[in-house]
Amino acid sequence: MIPEPWTPFVNAIIYLLLAPVVGGLVAGIDRKVTARMQGRVGPPLLQPFYDVGKLFEKENLVVTTTQNFYVLSYLVFMAVSGALFFSGGDMLLVIFAFTLSHIFLVLGAYASYSPYSHVGAERELIQIIAYEPMIIITAVGMYMVTKSFYVGTIVQSPIPIVLYLPGVFIGYLIVLTIKLRKSPFDLSTSHHAHQELVKGVTTDFAGPNLGKLEIAHWYEYVFLLGVVYLFFAWNPILAIAAIIIAYFLEILIDNTTSRVKWQMTLRSAWLVAGTLGIINLGVLYYLRMVVVP
Amino acid sequence: MQIVQLLIYLILFPLIAAVFLLFAKKGFERGWIVKLSALGIGAVSLWLLVAGFDKGLITYSVSGRIFDLAMLIIELVIAAYLLWLGLRHKKYSVVILVLIQAALLIWFEASFGHTIVELPNNLFFDQFSIIMALIIGIIGSLICVYALGYMETYHEHHKDIADRRGMFFFVLFVFLSAMFGLVFSNNLMWILFFWEITTFCSFILIGYSQTEEATNNAFLALAMNMLGGVAFVAALIYIATLDPSGRLLELGALLSSGYAIAIVPAVLICFAGLTKAAQMPFSSWLVGAMVAPTPVSALLHSSTMVKAGVYIIVRFAPVLSGTTEGMMIAMVGGVTFLLTSCMAISQSNAKKVLAYSTIANLGLIVACAGVGTYNLMWVAILLIIFHAIAKSLLFLCVGTVEHRIGSRDIEDMGGLIERMPKLAIMMFIGMAGMFLAPFGMIISKWAAIEAFIQAPFGLIFIIILAFGGSATLFFWSKWMGKIISVMRHQENVEHSIRQEKWVVLWILTGLVVIVALIFPLISSALIEPFIMQIYGHTTRLSEANITIMLLMMGLLIIMPFSMLFQSKTPKIAPPYMGGMTTVGDMKYIGSAGVSRNLVLSNYYLRNYFGEERLFMPGTLACWGLILIAFIMVAGVIL
Repeated sequence: MIPEPWTPFVNAIIYLLLAPVVGGLVAGIDRKVTARMQGRVGPPLLQPFYDVGKLFEKENLVVTTTQNFYVLSYLVFMAVSGALFFSGGDMLLVIFAFTLSHIFLVLGAYASYSPYSHVGAERELIQIIAYEPMIIITAVGMYMVTKSFYVGTIVQSPIPIVLYLPGVFIGYLIVLTIKLRKSPFDLSTSHHAHQELVKGVTTDFAGPNLGKLEIAHWYEYVFLLGVVYLFFAWNPILAIAAIIIAYFLEILIDNTTSRVKWQMTLRSAWLVAGTLGIINLGVLYYLRMVVVP
Repeated sequence: MQIVQLLIYLILFPLIAAVFLLFAKKGFERGWIVKLSALGIGAVSLWLLVAGFDKGLITYSVSGRIFDLAMLIIELVIAAYLLWLGLRHKKYSVVILVLIQAALLIWFEASFGHTIVELPNNLFFDQFSIIMALIIGIIGSLICVYALGYMETYHEHHKDIADRRGMFFFVLFVFLSAMFGLVFSNNLMWILFFWEITTFCSFILIGYSQTEEATNNAFLALAMNMLGGVAFVAALIYIATLDPSGRLLELGALLSSGYAIAIVPAVLICFAGLTKAAQMPFSSWLVGAMVAPTPVSALLHSSTMVKAGVYIIVRFAPVLSGTTEGMMIAMVGGVTFLLTSCMAISQSNAKKVLAYSTIANLGLIVACAGVGTYNLMWVAILLIIFHAIAKSLLFLCVGTVEHRIGSRDIEDMGGLIERMPKLAIMMFIGMAGMFLAPFGMIISKWAAIEAFIQAPFGLIFIIILAFGGSATLFFWSKWMGKIISVMRHQENVEHSIRQEKWVVLWILTGLVVIVALIFPLISSALIEPFIMQIYGHTTRLSEANITIMLLMMGLLIIMPFSMLFQSKTPKIAPPYMGGMTTVGDMKYIGSAGVSRNLVLSNYYLRNYFGEERLFMPGTLACWGLILIAFIMVAGVIL
């Protein structure tokens, strides 16, 4: 057995080592399922790994060398925020580290003065401000149910969190669509060929830099699905099932909707956070503070 | 040396320096006086820290009668001068306010002058005073040093503006003196006096260029702040009516006198604080104040003026705590935070963005102080510190950039990283200090969320923070993106910046990073004892989280070194432009073979976040909230 004080570190290390593998597999399954929905056979399950492996063999072509710094920082802070999450750290700190890493991605896109990556960067920022309030509301909601911001405490709570936070959960699933870069909210960059912005925020990243971006996305997948787990943490089997269903839903939405404009993205995300999130928290607050003080 | 002597020194020394500066004719003399005085003020502020951080609250009796009389005379002289100016410029709102205030003051003096006993403790000092003194003494005097070089260039660029630099530096130092007086005074009549001096100084400084716009904006600032001044005098009169001996005119005595007595003056004085801190509906004076030379903006926004407004509200936070009146004031702050953060998105004028961001952050401080629980008080003080440092740095950077590239528009700052690399990095750090983990403001935002969740009705403020915070992120990031985008090769125009400006800028940049690193120390040495003394318990961030923040900061500091390990001959490619229609060097081929430069512009989302869309609702909402607070206060009086 691992001694108790070390578990956070062990968890963090396990995340750092395994998250890319899990994330890559999720990406592989995603592509497979998407292909089946579109009536194709699809690539092999391990295709994402082959792709990234190949990217690292290529020459590192840059517009400006600062891009290397931004991409590396994006990857590092994405890994840091995930590691903080899985080691049971403070949800708010995790969110701030998560935001920091995205700012590096945006800056990397701004650094090259290409119109495509510029528009991608602006749209990425709009996506960030669209989803951030909902993510903070999620953290606050979990605090109101479990009396803690610490993931370690939330995950051990015997309370069925999702029953207290149904609105927040739906709101989270909707911003998850933005975060997973799925239609209808895949504004800044997309996995689909219909991206009319060339490749948006990633336009001017090539070779190893693009590879690092992919790995960062894998880290991100695992972290985002980890948050879904928290809603169902009292029952791990149910939680895993919820993650699978949630992800399947995301793929389904991805393949059945067409992309909306940024105005619609911002409006719908804020509307959801502003109604489902706030009403849910408001009711909870009223019950907790007024009815049973 | 006793601490009281340090306090008196800090109030009087800038005043003496100011008088010398008024008569210093040569730039050389002026330079030395400013630098040495700045050193003197900064060093004594630090001395005060060393001598007093473990002392707790101490009050001092300074014989006051002569000062009281001198203050009254100065106030009436200023009133007469403003009256004359108001009539000359046909600013009748100012004229009316001056008359009301002077009438109230004379009435106050006539009816209570003989009954008010000599207050035993006119000066006081505690850990919060040390924090304010450090902000005024270090950041304020650094800005004065910076102003030396700035004003020289300013007058080279603006030949049409009369060179009144003697008067300019005189007012700057009087301003510092008044700020010290304000934070060390225990006597509310003294606080009012210094309060009015800061209003007057900012009026002179905003109108420095004497253009029509500057004069109008100066009068706007004056009128709004005088409205607050009238409320302040009304508070004094109310207090004196309650107790004609005037013992409650001591800040300490008033604060500990309980809700029934203190709430009316608290609301009136906090209303004055709202005007000074440029909260909606009074935000327009601070936005208008950007016509002033940039060091003035830096001073108004970071270490003086607006900080006086939030200072007084934070002082009254224990009275406001848990009251509906306090909640209304907090809501004014909350609404201001949310709306001005959003409005900042729609601005491309760098100084205007900074102004809105200041108003937003002050709004957050007011929200914390208005709710007034112990952990929110902790957040409010932390915000004051972090904001002062980062904002002064940003203003000075923008001022420097403006003089080199001839524009303060963010759209003209593209590729600044190539044109002015050092300055761009400083701006970058300053902005990171305003919204990114693990720098100062995000620490405060985080602590604010954790504190609001335990406060009554805190959920409203958390929602406001969640939305306003993401708006903040948007306007800072796109500005950051602008300065780091690498465009066509551009000349480096950084070399002509004077040495003393660099020194000031580097110190401030260093402070942004260092204060984010040592804030646990500041908290445990200064903020926590102060909170402890008032509320009997205190708060701090957990040690595990502080360690993680420090590790993140360490990581951020070493990350740029990764660039050293890159291959010496990187493979550089042009940015992707879309292929066929480009001719290289970031140009497109237009019709008839004309080649056109690529120009990229940021999003401003004016249809969503424009001033014209958000300003009026915010103003109305905040007037409504203030009105409710006043109605409740009227209920207490009756």
